[in-house]
Amino acid sequence: MRAVEVRGLSKDYSGRLVLRDVTFDVHEGEFFVLLGPNGSGKTTLLRILDLLEEPTTGKVFFEGEEVDYSKDRATLRRKIGMVFQHTVLFDMSVFDNVAYPLKIRGDLAKADIERKVARVLEDVELSGFERKNALALSGGEAQRVALAQALVAEPKLLLLDEPTANLDPKNVSIVEGILSRLNREKRTTIIMTTHNMFQAERLAQRVALLNEGEIRAIGPFRDVFGNQSLSSQ
Amino acid sequence: MVEDVFLQEIINITFLSLRVSGTAVLIGALIGIPVGAFLGFRQFKGKKTMMRLVDVMLKSIINTFMGLPPVAVGLVVYLLLTSSGPLGWLGLLYTPTAMVITQLIMVVPIIIGVTMSAVGSVERSIMEKALSLGATKNQAAFLVLREARVGVLTAIIVAFGAAISEVGGIMISGGNIRWFTRTLTTAIVVETELGNFNMALALGAILLSIAFVINLALTVLQIKGARR
Repeated sequence: MRAVEVRGLSKDYSGRLVLRDVTFDVHEGEFFVLLGPNGSGKTTLLRILDLLEEPTTGKVFFEGEEVDYSKDRATLRRKIGMVFQHTVLFDMSVFDNVAYPLKIRGDLAKADIERKVARVLEDVELSGFERKNALALSGGEAQRVALAQALVAEPKLLLLDEPTANLDPKNVSIVEGILSRLNREKRTTIIMTTHNMFQAERLAQRVALLNEGEIRAIGPFRDVFGNQSLSSQ
Repeated sequence: MVEDVFLQEIINITFLSLRVSGTAVLIGALIGIPVGAFLGFRQFKGKKTMMRLVDVMLKSIINTFMGLPPVAVGLVVYLLLTSSGPLGWLGLLYTPTAMVITQLIMVVPIIIGVTMSAVGSVERSIMEKALSLGATKNQAAFLVLREARVGVLTAIIVAFGAAISEVGGIMISGGNIRWFTRTLTTAIVVETELGNFNMALALGAILLSIAFVINLALTVLQIKGARR
């Protein structure tokens, strides 16, 4: 079953076309990577999928239903988690940051929130960080808190905008491990952008090559880039 | 006996000052924080040329009103409340209420202006992040206001500092009536003119102490904010 369907999507910023007739599907439980250089339209595409921006033309379907950008978006957004390239955390404790998406829903008991936060912090290897102020964390820790925020409500779709772009190799490895595990064990559908081909090869079941706002190729990494593995070179 | 009256008068003056300025700032906060937040939030919306122009005009007007001369405000309040004025029938001239109104007119633009800047300085990404996590627009707006809390508290403290140290406006609208509308600042003026320097110095010391406490609170808040 398709988790996301994108049909003929275009985005125009005051006459500057950043996405042109983009069409692709992402299957449920798939790890899908949008690969492309800076300025290729990856972030804009992800922001449209996260309902932060409206497409100029084209349609998006989530679990078979067309997304209506004119309606209240909060309900649909609660099924989607997003991690931004530049980590944004609130000036509160790690616990409160991670609990925020649950608290605003208002339908969970305090004990349930505490249990879910504890579990997700364990998943991102940050148990024991609950009381620390989120703004006092290192870059890698902060990005993992952002990941925990996106995961705590158990989204059906996880959108990641170059989540490791500003991290050191150790933290890149940790975050990639978390994402692989999440996709493998919980079957969470993931759409991630990156300009790193090695990372795309390591993580993606399929990649879409995006350049100048257009999808140039789509499929398993080796089909798109040939049989030679980058990691074996 | 004389000392008792002296002390009683100082206490009366101090409490009246705190009551008048405190009431003005409290009401000013109830008006100024929502208006300031609303204007600060305008930066998060799409910017069309017309909206930009409206924003610039609004912000310029508020910044101008932040520097209102107190005596001019006092004069306007006097003309409004005097028996032949449009609100003379209320009988509020030379009462603590008239002084509250005077200070309210002064502090509202200060609270609006500082709150507007504080909310406007919170990164747009905070709003987007909250929306992305499933917050409604109101929940996201409340979060931005929470992130700007140090700035909002600063607005209140700055407004209180301006109100408690103000003299010209409340002198005109309150009349500086002994035991009734005499505050720390207006009393210092009168006692100095009368040559009662002991009284003037005692009142000055109290005013200075209040100003110190306000500035201490402001500094602590700023240090806390800088550590974020």
